Amino acid sequence: MGGRTSDNASALAEPSGSGPRRLENNTVVLANNTVVLALALVALCTLFLPNIATADEPALPPGLAEEEATPALPEGLGDETTPSLPEGLGDDTGPALPPGLAEESAAATDTAEPEKQPKLRPPDWLHGFWEVRGGLRTQDDPAQPRDAILGETRLQLKTEKTWNDIVLEGTADFIGDGVLEEGDFDLRRLRLTWRPLDNLDIRLGRQVLTWGTGDMLFINDLFPKDWQSFFIGRDVEYLKAPSDAVKVGWFNDIANLELVYTPQFEHDRFISGERISYWNPLFRNFAGRDSQVHYNAPSTWFEDDEWALRVYRNIGSYQLALYGYSGYWKSPGGQKLVRPARGLMQATFPKLNVYGASLRGMVGKGIANIEIGYYDSRQDPGGDNLFVNNSEFRVLVGYEREIAKEFTAAVQYYLEHMMDYDAYGNGLLARYMATRDKDRHVFTLRLTKLLMNQNLTLSLFTYYSPSDGDAYLRPHAKYKVNDHWTVEAGGNVFMGESDASFFGQFRNNTNVYAGMRYAF
Amino acid sequence: MKKLLCSLCAIAFAVVLSAAAQDTPSVDEVVKKTNHQAYYQGLDGKARVKMTITDKQGRTRTKEFTILRMDVGDTDAEQRFYVYFHEPADERGTVFMVHKHVGKDDDRWLYLPALDVVKQIAASDERTSFVGSHFFYEDVSGRGIDEDNHELLDVTDTYYILKNTPKNPDAVEFDSYTMWIHKPTFIPVKVEFEKAGTVYRKVQALKVEDIAGKDDAKYKTVTKSVLTDDNIGGNTTLEYSSVQYDIGLTEDIFTERYLRNPPREYIE
Repeated sequence: MGGRTSDNASALAEPSGSGPRRLENNTVVLANNTVVLALALVALCTLFLPNIATADEPALPPGLAEEEATPALPEGLGDETTPSLPEGLGDDTGPALPPGLAEESAAATDTAEPEKQPKLRPPDWLHGFWEVRGGLRTQDDPAQPRDAILGETRLQLKTEKTWNDIVLEGTADFIGDGVLEEGDFDLRRLRLTWRPLDNLDIRLGRQVLTWGTGDMLFINDLFPKDWQSFFIGRDVEYLKAPSDAVKVGWFNDIANLELVYTPQFEHDRFISGERISYWNPLFRNFAGRDSQVHYNAPSTWFEDDEWALRVYRNIGSYQLALYGYSGYWKSPGGQKLVRPARGLMQATFPKLNVYGASLRGMVGKGIANIEIGYYDSRQDPGGDNLFVNNSEFRVLVGYEREIAKEFTAAVQYYLEHMMDYDAYGNGLLARYMATRDKDRHVFTLRLTKLLMNQNLTLSLFTYYSPSDGDAYLRPHAKYKVNDHWTVEAGGNVFMGESDASFFGQFRNNTNVYAGMRYAF
Repeated sequence: MKKLLCSLCAIAFAVVLSAAAQDTPSVDEVVKKTNHQAYYQGLDGKARVKMTITDKQGRTRTKEFTILRMDVGDTDAEQRFYVYFHEPADERGTVFMVHKHVGKDDDRWLYLPALDVVKQIAASDERTSFVGSHFFYEDVSGRGIDEDNHELLDVTDTYYILKNTPKNPDAVEFDSYTMWIHKPTFIPVKVEFEKAGTVYRKVQALKVEDIAGKDDAKYKTVTKSVLTDDNIGGNTTLEYSSVQYDIGLTEDIFTERYLRNPPREYIE
């Protein structure tokens, strides 16, 4: 057996017609040489033509498969030199398609049908959320009747309508308040946006407005704030209160200009004692629900009005802005003695002009900003009227950058410098009432960490004033359960030695809160 | 006879050589064309994107946004992006804007509609998650072609197989990534990232469509892709609809004015 095979093998190894080539037998020689030549050619081809596909070559997606363009091989080489793709990788005309991706049904997949449809769906034109939120003081506050500082259910509805180039948007909150035991309605937005010219935008109506570069600190943003919501644990969106105003924006290559006219003065939703006790410097005690601030705000339409202006442009990769404001102090900036029946003191909002500027841009790996403002208290130019705030100079410097994966830190330094401090300190009642320093320094720190595919946000925002000796911490956690539900919890921690300092006075109101929201 | 054989041999040799040479462009050419195809087609473009994020436990979240993109100049470098979110509900109206620069950090802004706040965002590591998905910022706006050394590993019937090794390995989490680039169209059909020999991250194009541009141009566009990342766990699928090119976007759209007041003619 073995011998026979080996004989055959040896027979095959040698070209037919074994033995030395005989020149006289040209046909045989040619045949022999052709075989050798063919073998050599194939060898050459394998060397120079592309390699045979490797086993892990991806299948072509639908849309490319039919485009297979074999490079035009020169005549004579034909198809036998094109290596065929190994089985399972898909040939030129039909790669193995993932289920549901067949080429003919390509059009059908364009209409993106949502995989999960909630059984009850609000109409397409209506959006908003429904939320429940509660907050508790962590200690007793003798000036407040209850421990609960927040207990509400809120339904926010938003809609918009567009006609040609005019857009009308509305957002309204319906609130059931368990702490004050009342129902409430807060129209957050009802604004008309119109672009009469290419470079002119007009926005008229109720709207939240924000500008300036500070983070929870405001120098040139004189739009109304809602400090009460901010301190009791409502969503941070509620820090800004809406204004009824008209905003005109004129945009061009030289500078962009935004002008806001508020026909009736809108003061801050300040701490009045309704839920949070404040320090009353005249009576030297904490005043709460029973002695809420009486105030007298300028309110004549088109006379007691506010003008705010911002002019900005980019310089390189920085944004420079100039600001101007003419109106009134937004939180009570003055006091007035009134008849004892009305509580003796009435808070007032004296006239105020603010002039400022800001610069913001990338510095190193972070964003840096600087902002300044001069608060011109027009009814107390010399600073000697104890019942009206003195003029001030304010400056803010900030820096934010990412310090680790999905972890951002931001710091700010803020200074309120009171002008004419000597005049402030020399008044008749000065030694009794004067409580403010010439310079109030505040540092802030914000830490934000994102986890779980950015569905969990942990953050801490801290205000600390070394000059006042007080601090305010805002720890917060928010988790997106799914596309609709969000849960959150946090605290508002006030610390301070003095009863009269800005944050210290609220230390009996340190609270914790939690909420859940369904958005649609 | 012998002479004929030799000449035949020589001719065949030459033909084979030239045929091989016609097939394979230089590495740089492949890299440039692929980069152009993936990120710079047309002068500008818009698309509605549905992003489905599946976490390692199999739970899904959906984001939907409209992305506007514009090239500045024609050197495949500077770009502007405007991303307007439609879903989920609590992110509706949020806008993310990028001015992409080559050779220096991008500028980024975030607009929060409820507060009317325009926030400039610190330049983070380009390889961090874009809005919580498995795609990084770099996947969305493009990785600079000068950041890697490129090597044409192989050329098959269908693909150029390109291997890319970072010039600055400390700045990234991978050792190298390999791209399978469809030869006629330069579409990267598959990209695999490996670390220490293990492939941990894959991007795959699942569907390609022809989209018309101006002057009867036709742009091949990947309209569905999936990214799987074993380090994070799970995957993200992107589905593009309403893709349009050369719609006449202008630079002023990518400014603060339009963050506060979105260009409704482009945002559906």
